[in-house]
Parts: sequence; structure tokens; C-alpha cells
Amino acid sequence: MRLPILASLTLCLSTPAFAAPTLADWQQTLDAARGQTVYWNAWGGDQRTNAFIEWVNSQTEQLYGVKVEQVKLTDTAEAVTRVISEKAAGETEQGSVDLIWINGPNFLAMKEQGLLHGPFVADLPNAKFLDLSATSPASVDFTTPVDGMESPWRLAKFVFSYDSARVSDLPETMAGFTDWAAAHPGRLTHPNPANFIGATFLKQALIELAPDAAALQLPVTDASFATQTAPLWAWYDALRPNLWRGGEAFPENESVQQQMLNDGEVDIAMAFDPASTAAAIAQGSLPETARVFTPKAGSIGNISFVAIPFNAAHKAGAQVVANFLLDPATQAHMQDITVLGSFSVLDPAKLDVPAQATFDALPTAPALPTLDSLGPTLLEPHASWMTKLTEAWAKRYTR
Amino acid sequence: MTWRAQTQPSRPAPHGRILRRAVLWVVLLGLVLPILAGSFETLRAAFGLHPGIGATRFGLAPWQSLAALPGFVTALRLTLFTGIGSAVLALLLATGFCALMHGRVSTRQGDHMLTPILAVPHAAIAIGLAFLIAPSGWIARLIAPLAGWTIPPEIASVNDSYGLALLLGLIVKELPFLLLVILAALSQLPVNQQLSAGRALGYGRGIVWIKVIMPQVWPLIRLPVLVVQAYALSVVDMAVILGPSNPPTLAVAVTRWFANPDVQMILPASAGAVLIALLTLAATLLWLLAERVVRAIGLWWLRRGGRGLSMQPGLLLTAGLAAAALALGLLSLLALLIWSVTHRWSFPHPLPESWSWQTWHAASWAEAASYSLLLGCTTTLIATTLAIAWLEAEDRSASPRAGWATALIYLPLLLPQIAFLYGLNLLFLRIGLSGGLVAVIWGHSLFVFPYVMIALSDPWRALDPALIRSAASLGAGPNRRLFAVKLPVLLAPILTAAAIGFAVSIAQYLPTLFLGAGRIATLTTEAVTLSSSADRRIVGTYASLQAALPFAAYALALALPRLIFRNRRALLGGHA
Repeated sequence: MRLPILASLTLCLSTPAFAAPTLADWQQTLDAARGQTVYWNAWGGDQRTNAFIEWVNSQTEQLYGVKVEQVKLTDTAEAVTRVISEKAAGETEQGSVDLIWINGPNFLAMKEQGLLHGPFVADLPNAKFLDLSATSPASVDFTTPVDGMESPWRLAKFVFSYDSARVSDLPETMAGFTDWAAAHPGRLTHPNPANFIGATFLKQALIELAPDAAALQLPVTDASFATQTAPLWAWYDALRPNLWRGGEAFPENESVQQQMLNDGEVDIAMAFDPASTAAAIAQGSLPETARVFTPKAGSIGNISFVAIPFNAAHKAGAQVVANFLLDPATQAHMQDITVLGSFSVLDPAKLDVPAQATFDALPTAPALPTLDSLGPTLLEPHASWMTKLTEAWAKRYTR
Repeated sequence: MTWRAQTQPSRPAPHGRILRRAVLWVVLLGLVLPILAGSFETLRAAFGLHPGIGATRFGLAPWQSLAALPGFVTALRLTLFTGIGSAVLALLLATGFCALMHGRVSTRQGDHMLTPILAVPHAAIAIGLAFLIAPSGWIARLIAPLAGWTIPPEIASVNDSYGLALLLGLIVKELPFLLLVILAALSQLPVNQQLSAGRALGYGRGIVWIKVIMPQVWPLIRLPVLVVQAYALSVVDMAVILGPSNPPTLAVAVTRWFANPDVQMILPASAGAVLIALLTLAATLLWLLAERVVRAIGLWWLRRGGRGLSMQPGLLLTAGLAAAALALGLLSLLALLIWSVTHRWSFPHPLPESWSWQTWHAASWAEAASYSLLLGCTTTLIATTLAIAWLEAEDRSASPRAGWATALIYLPLLLPQIAFLYGLNLLFLRIGLSGGLVAVIWGHSLFVFPYVMIALSDPWRALDPALIRSAASLGAGPNRRLFAVKLPVLLAPILTAAAIGFAVSIAQYLPTLFLGAGRIATLTTEAVTLSSSADRRIVGTYASLQAALPFAAYALALALPRLIFRNRRALLGGHA
């Protein structure tokens, strides 16, 4: 049944990486996908994302006869573990995970262990709207080359949010957080670094404080780790006593921290989604006066991807969904603040005029920053830094 | 009993033996084998054998890396403190409360008061309680105007590093269960006669209770207490919400290690899961040891003959604390219900500033609710049928339940879930069962069956043998005696047991998650997943539904017998 797709894939492997797929190949994928249900494993802690995935389901079912069923995860690693268990049990054909919202260390882990299907990105007709040059954000995930093994779907940028009615003297640099916390003891915290956002907070500081930020783009070594993180630990040791609960306890994730900002337990929250503050206001879960800020030197940005496990039962359907996510209309819908508010991953230079107009016509909100106002986008360090950083943090501060 | 011994001498009837064997095999193959096989897989991984991730070297390496993980010792200490502390305190409070309240409320009234908290899954209570006691929580919001707080006070009242909030949460949730089993045990004892005899001899009410009644109650509630103990040591969902975070308790840490992107962490995680099982075993032994010690001391204390009137303040205190814990449980539920219809409710407002039905309209709870309903009904049907078959087989072979059989029934409740679920999922994957409804139904039945058995065994045995005798003398065979006499007479307790089973199925989190490959989204898995979003409004909606389904089941279990037997007053009996 999946023979034609396999054939087309082998064909792809033997041809140059970004050869344009022929229309006939895609038609075969569409035919194979019709009637399939794609189990999309995605973190389920964000209600807007969940609603967006439901919308994707209604669209792809109507357009291509492909249903999308979200498997809500509390942590993306759950899906990785599931694929590993399946591999361990010899399940190589009918795996339960069809599509994973993934990036960074989870992607690196799956890619290194050969748990991914692909390369498939270049086969997607809508890949033509992407900038797939070797160094573009869509081609590199935490410095790991994507190699067509995962397809981009939303842009993320690290931001802080605060209540402008309560706070005005915001820190302008990561180094400035120490003074700010000393002036407002107990009013700052960050998610547990075991969580993605908590780790990003540390990485954001690391990029600013490291003696040689370029070293972070290479895989970590013990020597480079010691050199580059020394100023970070000095900074954190000064910061920690003034954190919420004296730095002894940390919120589980960014949603819990946002709730704490809403409850007034802390003054600053953080997220990987510049639109989350505006959306939270609309839903009543942050005060009207909440706003977003980033350090002057910019903040970490990355792209979220979708990947297909090697043993996915519905690979064709998964590719159809990945392609649908790259459709300019889908990306514009996603960027709508009333929907998701995630910035588009498409290359504006490659969009035609009507598509560009759709983006320009999107509604705006007082708490919604423009991409320009957020400053430069800093590159994610190599994924190995994040793993090592969280481990070192746990060793230093877990008693 | 004497009559039965005469007509059915030592030789069990052949059909009785067949039924007994059949039921035993179903239980062995369906319940015990998967658990043992699952435990075996976990055990193998704990000693370095997990070919799926390339681990083939047998050895103690996983244990060494477990011990070297940051915060391991603290996590261990937290687990012991919250696990054993909560079980001991919950038992203490339950005893004090019963001593003071018994006779003042009927068993039926007690059931009605306790079922709401009993029916609500742990995660929901935990979320409600966390909101209640947080520095920015409901209680603080009520105090804020008086204390002049504009921002929440900086007190570590949830997620405190000692685990006190988790301890409280466990007590709030386990207390009603213990009260219920104590009440059930009391209904089998001549409490009133003994109380009046004791009081006539000048003993205080409470002290008769502790010196005379409790020693008789203990053997009847020993196993449920051990179940509570096992649960408290391995609880994950409550510990995430209420417990300390850095480090968390061992069970939470193990769950996190299982889900680490670095798959090699599965090995120390398995070792951790085995360690939790060992802790549970050690705690069980500790309870049995304590039983002996208390028995020795108690005997001396009894013979000293103190009338114990000075004990009264202590009793009042425990009963007061128990009442407070029950009130906290009910308030937590109320808080969730209010949140589910809230639009905005910020500190320090004592009540929501704006209301909205939005989450009830928007949240896609209907599908989750229908999965919960489907799983609940199927597993309850399977478990209740199996329980009736087991009890009937005991009757027909005219032999009492052996100790090992009781242990078999309780096995799934005494072993920490995390110790065998990961391995069980590997097993189900191999036989191609994982990720489907069948696997989840099977997984739920493992836990529903023991509870149904616990609930049904005592009423079944308490059935008046004269009824069976009359039926037999009128020529009714064993099948007719079962269907025409026992089942109708026992309808009320059977339905109650089924309602308990239904509630247990609704509350299952880890089995649904592991065995359903995440595809079977029930109210409980959704509520726990959504609780990571911290949006109390949506969590409130799911948690209210979680509570509503079992509640409806209990209501049905109460109403049906009254409807069916509306013209058979005697059949309504004293059963609730």
C-alpha cells in the first residue's frame, strides 16, 4: 500500500537534496493519505494550540479526507519514549505516533537514533514558500541540520511579560535582572530548568554572559562548558537568593508561571510565544495592563517543527498535514491573534501579493508586539548545551 | 453455616469446583500475570537489561546512577515523610472522628457526606486544594481585605520544600476512604452494646472506642490502610500539583526520568520504580510490626484500667482536625465549580470579577466524557461479573477465602502502579494490544476488580443463610438460588460496589496514559494534562465532570433498588 511513497522516497534520496517533487508524486501521497487519521502528538498544555489543531483537523478532513487527532502530551519526550518502546517491541510498521511537534534535544535524540522518517520536507509542495538555504532558521534546529527530517510550522521567540500597572523599572539586560531582583526580592522566578522555558531562561542569560558566544554554536565539551558558563553561575548565585521562595521552589512550566503573574505572586512571566500575553488578556487570564518585553540585545528565537517517526502508521497523512501547515492561508490564520498569534515561518520574499495582503490585514492588539519591536533574534546554542546546562543546574541547586 | 456444613460435607460440589477454578484462572491470567510480567520487565531494566535502547549489560549501574542523581536523597526522604506521615495521620483522624461521631450519624448519612470527595479523582482535589491554600488562593483572598494585602504574602503554603501541602492533600483525599471502610467495619460489630457496657463501667466514650472497638476494627481495615499507604508512597499527580518541585518526591522524579529525552535515563528510572516498590514493602512490614508493638502496649494499657476521661480533649482535637480536612475537601470542589464558570478572578477579589460559560461551551469535553463513560461501564461490568463469579464460587465450594487469594485480589492495589505499568506497556506492544481500547479496559480492570471485591465481599457474606436454605428446600438448584434469590436480595450492595468500581475507573490516570498510547483521552487524562496549563477555569470544567460522573453512578446505585423494589420494602434492607 505504501510502496509508491517508499519508491518516491528512495528516488528523493538518490536525487539532489532539494529537487522539486513532481506533481504526480504528491498526488500519490494525497491518494494514500485519503481516509487516514493522523495522530499528532503535541504538548497539550496550551488551549489555543489545542483549538488550532482541531481547526486543522476540520480543514484537512474537508480538503484531503485526512483526519487529525491530537494526542495531548504533558511533555514532548513522552512521544519519543513511546516510539522507543515501540521499536524495542519490534513495532516497525504500525507505530502509534504519526506526527510530533518537536525541536531541539528531542529532535536531536530521535535523529541520532534513526527514529525519524524522511527526508520528506522537500517533497511537500508548500516547501517552496520556505527559505531552505543551509543556514536559514528553517534548516537548522538548535544548530542541528534539519536535513529534511522535520518540517517547520511555527515561529517562537523568547519574551518576558509583566503587568505595566505594577512594574515600570524593567531590566534592560540579563545582567540587570540581578539588580532588579535585589530591588524586588521574591517577585521574580523562572520555570524549573527541567522544563523547556526554564532552560531557555538560563540559555538566554548564557548567550549574553558567555565570554565567547560563538562557542555555544559548537557541541559542548567539558572545557568549553567550564569556561563559557563560569560568569553565568556567578550571575545566578547573585540572583537566586532574591528569587521567589528564595530560589528553593520553581513553577512547573510557563503556564503555571503566567498564572502566578495573574495571581500577583510574581511580577514577571516568560514565554516562547510573543502573542501569548495578548491572547491571555483576551481570555481573561492576564490583566488588561499586561505587556511584553525583551532584553535590548534581543532574545532567543527558534522554529517549532513537526516530524514523522520511522514507524508511523500513517506517513502519507502526516505529510499532507505537514504540507497543510505550510500553506500561506494556514500560516496567516495561525498568525491571527484571535487564533494563535504565532509568527509565520514562511519567507515573506517568496509570498505572492494576495498572500502578503492576508498577512497585512490581520487584526492587532495593544499587548501584541510587532516582530521588529522585539529586537534581534539570537540563535539557539547547540542542543548539547541545553542538556548539559540543565544537568549542571540540577547538580548545583538541587539539595 | 452449620446447615451448609451438614448438607455439603467436606466435598465441594463438582460444578462449584469448576466455577472456582475458572474464576481463579481468569484472575491469574487476566490480572496477576500481566502485573508480574510488567514488573519483570521493569526489574530487568533496573538491572541494566533493556535491549530496545541497546542496554544489555547486567549489573548495578542503573542503581548507581540513580543514587548519583541530584536530589535523590531528599526525594527519598520526602517520599517517606509524605507517604507514611499521611497514612498514619489519616488513620488517626479517621479513628478520632469515628469515635466521636459514631451513632450520631447513620452509615447512610455518612456515605452521602463522603461520596463527593471519594468520587473525585485525586488530581482534581489537588488542584482545588492548591487554589484554596496558595498564598494568592481563596483563603488568602478572603483575608486580604482585612490584612490590607495588595499582593499575596510570601508564604510557602503550596509546593513547600517539606512536602506539608502534599501531606495535607493526601490526608484530605484518603480520610473519606478510611472513614468509609471504618464505618463498613463497624456495621459488622455490636458497637452499641459494647459502648454501653463500657460506659456503664465508667469509661469515657472515646476510650471505649479506642480500647474495645478499634482493636476489633483493625483486622477489618488493615488491608485498606495498606492500600492507602501504597498509594501515598507512589502518588504522582497529586505530588506534581501540591508537592515540592526541586527535588520532587521519588515517584514524580521517576516519572520525569522515564520521559527524559535521554533514553538511557529509562534504566535509573526503572531502578527508581523498583525502589518505590521496595519502600512500599518496607512500609507494609513497618505497619505489621507496629501492630505487634501496639498490641503489646495496648494490652498493658488495657489492664491498667484507666477510664481515660482525660483523653477527651485529644479526641476532640483529632475529630476537629478530621472535620476541617473534610471541609477543605468540599471547599476545594466548590472552588473548582466556581472556576469553571469564571471569566476573570484575580487577587485579592474574594469572588470572580466576571463570569462566563465559555469553557463549558468551548472545551471539547464531550469526547473525553464519552471515553470515560465507555471505559467506566465496560470495566465495571467485567469486574462486577468476575467478583460475583468469585464469591459464588466460594459459596458453592463452601470454603472460606484463603489468605493467598486475598493477597491476589489486593496485589494491583499494593504494588505501586509505576513499578509495572511501563513494563506492562512493553508487553502489550509485543502482543500488539497497546494503544487500543482493549488494552486500556484491561488495565482499568486490574484496579477496578479489587475495589469491587472489597466492596462486595462483606455484604455477600452477611447474606442471611436462611433465605438460601429456604430456596434450597423448595428445590431451587444453585443457579436458581443465585439468580432468583442472591442477586435480587443483594442488588443494592452490588450496585454500590459497581458504582465504586465505576468511580475507580474514571479516576485512572497512569494506566490510561501508558496503555492507551495517549490516544484514549479520558476526563482524567485531559484534566491532568490541562492542569499543566494551569488554567483553573478549564481544569475546573473537567474536574467538575470528573466528579459528576461517579456521583451520578452513586445516585443511580441508590435510586435503582428503590425503584425496582418500591413494593418490596424488606428488600431495600438497611443497605445504602
